[in-house]
Amino acid sequence: MSQATATVEHVPTAARDQPPAGTVGPWAWLRANLLGSWWSTAVTLLLGYVIVRVLFSLIEWGLVNAIWTVPYSANGIADTSVCQNVKGVGACWAVLVDKYRLILFGRYPYDEQWRPAIVVLLFIGLFIVSGMRRFWRKELVLIWIATLAAVGVLMWGGVFGLSLVTEDYWGGLPITLILATFGLAFAFPLAVLVALGRRATKLPAVKMLCVLYVEIIRGVPLISVLFMASVMFPLFMPAGVNVDKLLRAQIAFILFAGAYLAEVVRGGLQALPKGQAEAADALGLSYWKKTAFIILPQALRLVIPPLVNTFIGFFKDTSLVLIIGLFELLTMGKVALSDPPWQSFSTEVYLGLAVIYIAFCFAMSKYSRSLERDLNRSRVR
Amino acid sequence: MSQAMQSGLSGPPAIVLDKVNKWYGTMHVLRDVSLSVAEKERVVVCGPSGSGKSTMIRCINRLETHQEGRIVVDGTELTDDLRALDTIRREVGMVFQSFNLFPHLTILENCTLAPIWVRKMPKAEAEELAMNYLERVKIPEQAKKYPGQLSGGQQQRVAIARALCMKPKIMLFDEPTSALDPEMIKEVLDTMIGLADTGMTMVCVTHEMGFARQVAHRVVFMDRGEIVESGPPTQLFENPQTDRLKLFLSQILRGH
Repeated sequence: MSQATATVEHVPTAARDQPPAGTVGPWAWLRANLLGSWWSTAVTLLLGYVIVRVLFSLIEWGLVNAIWTVPYSANGIADTSVCQNVKGVGACWAVLVDKYRLILFGRYPYDEQWRPAIVVLLFIGLFIVSGMRRFWRKELVLIWIATLAAVGVLMWGGVFGLSLVTEDYWGGLPITLILATFGLAFAFPLAVLVALGRRATKLPAVKMLCVLYVEIIRGVPLISVLFMASVMFPLFMPAGVNVDKLLRAQIAFILFAGAYLAEVVRGGLQALPKGQAEAADALGLSYWKKTAFIILPQALRLVIPPLVNTFIGFFKDTSLVLIIGLFELLTMGKVALSDPPWQSFSTEVYLGLAVIYIAFCFAMSKYSRSLERDLNRSRVR
Repeated sequence: MSQAMQSGLSGPPAIVLDKVNKWYGTMHVLRDVSLSVAEKERVVVCGPSGSGKSTMIRCINRLETHQEGRIVVDGTELTDDLRALDTIRREVGMVFQSFNLFPHLTILENCTLAPIWVRKMPKAEAEELAMNYLERVKIPEQAKKYPGQLSGGQQQRVAIARALCMKPKIMLFDEPTSALDPEMIKEVLDTMIGLADTGMTMVCVTHEMGFARQVAHRVVFMDRGEIVESGPPTQLFENPQTDRLKLFLSQILRGH
């Protein structure tokens, strides 16, 4: 017995630290996950075949046989017969080349479209800055206000020598980004307040109001809230008072997103152990300080995945404003397709739009995962 | 008050409970509890589980509200008046069974949060104070870590330091060692004994009879929501008057 132990101990430590041969590395991974048994090998081969086939035909359709430009007739009308000829075997990306400015910026005056283009870049810059933890201080609010002002000036114009462009001519990506960004930026604080209000057992009136708000908004479809905002709301306003359609949609959107986010935040508040609030109370922290320093930082951290889920959902729900005649990104895609020569190339247009939506949504989900990882680093056990 | 006299402490009482009653729904959890704790007095509260001892100590800083009777802490009566409550909570520190450190803040931030935001102390001063107390509980080297990285005993010592950073006049301990592994109980009790030596007014719910003998001026035995017996530890442990206390002591001794 002791002899046996002794021989084992003589193996050099470096060698003993290695796992048994053939259990690590790409080949071992393949064997464990894809080629474990005869039927798993069969499924792997079959799926591999299908994937390769689909990939090849996609490349063939999207790249090899694709048409990128079409000739134009003397009066400026596109001659899409080249595209018609390859329909089914090759993509007609020429439709995006021809229409991308209409889709991205809507009916904004063509020569002024650098303004919405800057607005889009401003928004992307704002997202990046807001995402970096080193900018998470009070000054960030100022950055947001400055960006909001800059967006307003650029879009409307009428000052600094910029020509005036009313909202009727706005469209495309800026509308989507305005609705989503300011919608969620205002809905989030609203949601936090409502979630806190719903738990305020000592203030029954506040609690009732919050419950009522959440339940009513959650009980109706977003489309009907948008309809209310666009059709019914003006009926209640005194004559001559006209609240802009985009602003009305924006407010409807904030109210709607607020209710959903409030429930997500409430979930986080409920998941927090009671002892945290008690410890804060025992230290003499006031309600708001307790909430700001102890409760919310922990509760929000717990609900990052469902929170981002809701954010992504509402980013895409901005497309529903087409119902009240606002020309956001998806609607502009439809408008572009109404041009007779391009009518039959909806696949290409919708694929192009999908790429834009996916880019924003994927960035959000990727960011949320890295944020979760960063914030939870302190919670190692 | 008379017991406080017995222990040789006089002066104004730090805590007075006068015929305090509390119900959870229809369950009567505190029955006519009257207790007076003098300044610098150290009281240990013991009793079987469900006897109301935790509820009583939590009533002292109004984590629980009582429905009948009066509670006066440091000369201020506990009512619905929030300002009075803030004053009291500033002067009363509490240590919980489950530590309740803030997991998203470092040890140092746990200790400086309340001094900075409640006492309005400058940050540098609060940090110096916190390091001072962390040294007293013998873990200054953990200041930059997060609670999750510390052992249970270390966490509870941080919790004590955190409460002390508010420079409270009274310290409440709600079963501070019950959630700890046996080998960590001693380090926490040693910290509490060190605190007792500074003359802090302490009310401590615990079953650690050795600790009670060593530091308590008075032991209060509770059962079924009422104070059954109270007196100096030697008298209570060696000469119990009631059957309930005798039974409790025999169970405690068998357990150890």
